Amino acid sequence: MALQEKYQELITAAETGVPGLQVNEQGGVLYIKGQAPSGAVKDRLWDIYGKIDPNYLAGDVVMDVDVANIGAGSKVKVTTESSNLNLRKGPGTDQPVVGKAAHGEIITLISKTNDQWWLVRTDAGEEGYSYAQYLSPLS
Amino acid sequence: MSIKKIFGSIAVVFTLFVVSCQPKDSDINKNVTENIQSATPGVNADVKDGVATLNGQVKDEASRRAAEDAAKKTKGVKSVVNNITIELPAAPTVTISVDEALQQGVTDVIKDFPGVTVTVNEGEFIVNGELAAEKWKRLKMALDGLNPKKVNTVSLKIK
Repeated sequence: MALQEKYQELITAAETGVPGLQVNEQGGVLYIKGQAPSGAVKDRLWDIYGKIDPNYLAGDVVMDVDVANIGAGSKVKVTTESSNLNLRKGPGTDQPVVGKAAHGEIITLISKTNDQWWLVRTDAGEEGYSYAQYLSPLS
Repeated sequence: MSIKKIFGSIAVVFTLFVVSCQPKDSDINKNVTENIQSATPGVNADVKDGVATLNGQVKDEASRRAAEDAAKKTKGVKSVVNNITIELPAAPTVTISVDEALQQGVTDVIKDFPGVTVTVNEGEFIVNGELAAEKWKRLKMALDGLNPKKVNTVSLKIK
């Protein structure tokens, strides 16, 4: 219960912004799971989390909030640090690189293989699997 | 053609006529099942003398009503007995990935974060090394997304 008090602001914001949110406290860790309607909502939750636990170092929260509205056919932006994004033949870093998408490029999501690997296509027609962490919704 | 055969044919035609006017319970049952299953999967129907009894579990009252309406609309159904129950929301539980899945996931994540290593132990990620605050935030988001039990950062230094 103590954790839910510590993170009350985060939980309240998440419950307001994320429909069907799941919050569980188990073994000294608070689990927050759900699908945010937009990237902005997800960012805001991480900001609030970072305010309560600066630099996310306490290790008492696992927050798995992904963005729901990124569906097949929608456009996503390549949000790598600065480098190009590898497009791979299959879902895994052990797979050969078959193409690249530039930093900041807008590409098309074809399908979500899983939470980590999405199949994408660039406007130049290059197609491959890329790591979902580096793809952000446009909204 | 013998008289017997003619009578036999008439009997068959008559039976078909009666059946077509009064749908058989088995036919109604088939239609009701088709109708309610497209509206609310997980509901079964049993028709007897035109009375459809619905059984099963649905998520909410709206689905319960939808199944009843779908059954009522079916041709031949005189009345509906709605025995459908509504599921209690399951107590949410925390899903923790197995170590193999965590290891596989983290291998893909970590290659873009030079300077840190992440080991997996009984559902926990143990992060070692040094990272800039912004990069650590990205890494933490990615790690949390893999459904670990915990992300242990005792040995992590933020630059």
